[in-house]
Amino acid sequence: MKLYQKFTLAGMLAIAAIAGSDPAFAQASTEAPADTRYILSSLLFLMGGFLVMFMAAGFAMLEAGLVRSKNVSMQCLKNIALYSVAGLMFWVIGYNLMYDGVIADTGWMGTPTPKVIPPTDADAGSYAAGSDWFFQMVFCAATASIVSGTVAERIKFWPFIIFIAILTGVIYPIQGSWEWGAGWLNGIGFSDFAGSTLVHSTGGWAALAGAIILGARAGKYGENGRINPIPGSSIPLATLGTFILWFGWFGFNGGSQLAMGTISDVSSVSRIFVNTNLAAAAGVVVAIILTQIIYKKMDVTMALNGALAGLVSITAEPLTPSPIMAIMIGGIGGVIVVFAVPMLDKLKIDDVVGAIPVHLLAGIWGTMAVPLTNSDATFYAQAVGVIAVGIFVSVSSAIVWLILKATTGIRVSPEEELEGLDKGEIGVEAYPEFARGGSAI
Amino acid sequence: MMYIISIIKPHRLEEVRTALSAIGVEGMTVSEVKGHGRQKGHTEIYRGAEYEVSYLPKIKIELALEDKLAAKAVDAITEAGRTGQIGDGKIFVLNLDSAVRIRTGESGEEAL
Repeated sequence: MKLYQKFTLAGMLAIAAIAGSDPAFAQASTEAPADTRYILSSLLFLMGGFLVMFMAAGFAMLEAGLVRSKNVSMQCLKNIALYSVAGLMFWVIGYNLMYDGVIADTGWMGTPTPKVIPPTDADAGSYAAGSDWFFQMVFCAATASIVSGTVAERIKFWPFIIFIAILTGVIYPIQGSWEWGAGWLNGIGFSDFAGSTLVHSTGGWAALAGAIILGARAGKYGENGRINPIPGSSIPLATLGTFILWFGWFGFNGGSQLAMGTISDVSSVSRIFVNTNLAAAAGVVVAIILTQIIYKKMDVTMALNGALAGLVSITAEPLTPSPIMAIMIGGIGGVIVVFAVPMLDKLKIDDVVGAIPVHLLAGIWGTMAVPLTNSDATFYAQAVGVIAVGIFVSVSSAIVWLILKATTGIRVSPEEELEGLDKGEIGVEAYPEFARGGSAI
Repeated sequence: MMYIISIIKPHRLEEVRTALSAIGVEGMTVSEVKGHGRQKGHTEIYRGAEYEVSYLPKIKIELALEDKLAAKAVDAITEAGRTGQIGDGKIFVLNLDSAVRIRTGESGEEAL
């Protein structure tokens, strides 16, 4: 290690000597050519995009682990279906509704048309148009993934997919246009770097509306306010899912720098990686310590939620916090999880995977914490953004859920719920060797 | 002939099997079962809510033995299965009227 440091130091001295003696070199080292910047920024979008794409796998595994074994196949099908529907809808109308033709600083929406990817020889700009579409699409899909965990184990497949199509094609892009499409929220100075509000709270509000309208799982809440825990099928899968989400988050937050063509940009991306990791780690440690103190035993699912709450908390501003502030912001995310999970149960809101504390409440906290470290942001603008997005998404989601409830119905029959959705809706069990389908006793 | 049903802690199975083999017990039937005794299970916490674990996992061993070996087997299970903690389990001894070896049709003690 010491030897390596000496070499590095020697190398730096050599570079400094060359730079000092050769003005041309000094100038070249401050700015890369436009082509190089274009390539590197597109590369950031592509790398960030495939990292965030893999978060769909993280959500799938987290949810598969936290539902009972009789619903695992259905949860896996919902996850791959929602990712695919989001991918189609965000091309058909979503992207342009969010980014195209939004009136600067006052606009409320763009134009609902398919995204045109220009031919290679006309792909001008500071990055490739396809890389940008891909990067933005996977954020839209992440929003949809948040909903499926909350409403798991009792929602019908097709109404759920119709909701996801509307969420990803209309609701998410409209509220996204207000800020990332440079619309009215951007105009008042709202700040949401990678989407604590735009992605996570949006998914959380849609999930909350769904959970209330859908009702709790059979047997979850008994008489006299009794709460019956329903432990999930696989802690290893839930843990793997959380690690995959944490891994993908480096693309989520790091990629949201949106450019990698300069030393300053790369340095910012690196700072974001540091803060993102510190916040997640703090969320985990706080959740473990708090559950140990409060319940005398640690709760592994709360530790997993703590990691995600730490990540969501730092997402609104992963660049400007000092490492200590990143730890504090993420740690408070862990506190939110430990107290909000039982609170939701008291309100009889059945959130199977804890998505509402993790994505909605930690998302609000992260958004409101931005002015603590970023002097360009104001508490007023942050509050307006949180409230406006909250009202729009929860009301529009509730309307869609209620229409679906009145027409197709959104809940499986009581018998099907008890038997498990795997059997009732798709006829394939996740673990046939250990369940009814197996020939073993 | 005697039929012995014993309920023991799962992690004592290997010791009990070794002790029974040592006194000449040749065959046994083992099943994974769940149940509770006087303590009626215990409570755990999952995601902030308490729940009762009413049935604890146990191992049930069934033996069919001639009278002489049965007494020794009860002692062996008691010795090997004991941890001294609550939940060590119980042994039930029943009179066995008849036994048949399916392959040969032998019956009575010949079949054991």
